[in-house]
Amino acid sequence: MTLSVQDLSFFYRNREVLNEIAFSIGKCEIVAILGPNGVGKTTLLKCLNRILQPREGVVYLDGKDLFRLDGSEIARNIGYVPQRIETGRLTAFDAVLLGRKPHIGWDLSEKDLRMVDAVFRRLAMEHLRLAYIDEMSGGELQKVAIARALVQEPKILLLDEPTSNLDLKNQVAILSTIARIVREHGISAVMTMHDINHAIRYADRFIFLRDGRIYAHGGPETVTPKTIEEVYGLPVIIGKLGGVTCVVPENCPVTTGA
Amino acid sequence: MHFADGEVPGDYLGYVHRKVLWLAGGTLFLILLLVYSISVGAVAIPISDVFLTLVGQNVSHTWDTIIWNIRLPQALTAITAGCGLAVAGVAMQSILRNPLGSPFTLGISNAGAFGAAFSVIVLGTGTMQSRVADPVTLSNPYLTTVMAFLFCLLATGVILLISRVRGASPEVMVLAGVALSSLFTAGTMFLQYFSSDAQLAAVVFWTFGDVGRTNWPELAFMSLIVAAATIFFVANRWNYNAIDAGDETAKGLGVNVERIRLVGMVAAALVSAVIVAFLGVIGFVGLVCPHMVRRVIGDDQRYLIPGSCLMGGILLLASDTVARVIVAPYVLPVAVLTAFMGAPVFIYLLLRGYRR
Repeated sequence: MTLSVQDLSFFYRNREVLNEIAFSIGKCEIVAILGPNGVGKTTLLKCLNRILQPREGVVYLDGKDLFRLDGSEIARNIGYVPQRIETGRLTAFDAVLLGRKPHIGWDLSEKDLRMVDAVFRRLAMEHLRLAYIDEMSGGELQKVAIARALVQEPKILLLDEPTSNLDLKNQVAILSTIARIVREHGISAVMTMHDINHAIRYADRFIFLRDGRIYAHGGPETVTPKTIEEVYGLPVIIGKLGGVTCVVPENCPVTTGA
Repeated sequence: MHFADGEVPGDYLGYVHRKVLWLAGGTLFLILLLVYSISVGAVAIPISDVFLTLVGQNVSHTWDTIIWNIRLPQALTAITAGCGLAVAGVAMQSILRNPLGSPFTLGISNAGAFGAAFSVIVLGTGTMQSRVADPVTLSNPYLTTVMAFLFCLLATGVILLISRVRGASPEVMVLAGVALSSLFTAGTMFLQYFSSDAQLAAVVFWTFGDVGRTNWPELAFMSLIVAAATIFFVANRWNYNAIDAGDETAKGLGVNVERIRLVGMVAAALVSAVIVAFLGVIGFVGLVCPHMVRRVIGDDQRYLIPGSCLMGGILLLASDTVARVIVAPYVLPVAVLTAFMGAPVFIYLLLRGYRR
């Protein structure tokens, strides 16, 4: 399934947030949307599954105009993981089961329950099945949110800052899980991210936003000190550390561990 | 995606069965309470006779008259109104994303009270008599009911209009409701200040919600509206679950949040308006019953909506039963008792926390 964005502009009242955004996402790809705070990363993500309605431009889902599709049809193809999920007195199983909403008619079928169970196994969180989500940690909640999006059986996953509020170990765990699922199931994922190092590690393509426009767009070669300095307004050094590409701010001391 | 290798987990099914068991137990309790409620009052009727009369056996002509003409309609009215108020409350709490959501919060009850006051004082539809059994004569009860209903709808209409201008956000709806509630309360006070003693008594009496006011046709009409609203809310249980998970999550799941919010508001307001117009102001049930149920079976709307419905029926019927016997032969209006009965239970549940 492909998603392509053409000439998208978005305004909050009269304030322009996004202008002439155009890109497309192919199969089996992880795309990172990068840029400073307030540049419109989340807004762009929300335009991709019609949570927000752009003023101009079209989003095509497999050649079909997204704005002519039924909400449930979009939800059967695109899963959305927001930055924050609201908790309540619900078990994790019930919270994830909600992801079957676009597929269920009057009531659940056995298939729905089986699919939720399978996703719990896939994310190695069977032990959380009957835990109440209002008693969960941030990392566990994030897993629930991702599991909920996965039971939608999406072809495209949209994730808004999937690693915010997580410790380093959980950040790596969540991103590795997403990468693995993308490869195994041949779907694609679009993530807004703050951590450039994580983006370099997990994403295949990068979209840098500056002043509401796409400043740079492409593969790993796009991530250069010049691009990052122009986008974030901060000089950086890019180097290798233990074989891994790293971005560090220039005026910070760098220790190589030697 | 292929996630076909899962199984239906037994522990989850057990968890669901426990909730269903709670609902079944609640239903059974409500039926027993109904029989008990009919048996007590100024005249005590043996429970066996109540049961026989209800299943159509002619035990005694007196029992027949008391049960079919007085106690059964009153008990059923209590159940219907309790169900309706609680189901409206649970829907509003979800739609408005606010635990204080209830027919009161949105000013609907106070608008109804203002409508009744307007009818009695300005249109002259009621006075007070010095008889204990039936102290108030509403010379035109239908006009009073109709006016109360119209003002409930007016309050709803204003809230919807504001939502339309400012976007159907829960904050706007709640704040508009609070503002309207104060406005109508002030309006009622204004009218009362210039009314005669008899009119004042009639208005105050009207606002004491009472389930003994309905006859069979009115009860039938009310039941129809409550049943339709309950079916509507149950049909939307997944939408409300989605909205409970946050607006963005809901939209990501393909839910048209604004439309669900508006239509749900109209349905909740309508069912509240019908109950308020026929019975007067009955507080507490709509606000607290859903929270009582949340403490026991959680926030999942699949069980919360039917559970709140049952709890509303139980609380109002229990309150009415106590109201009829506590100072017999006098009968207190049920609205006096709902908070007396409900508040201690609710505070206990709050202190105890959630059930695991």
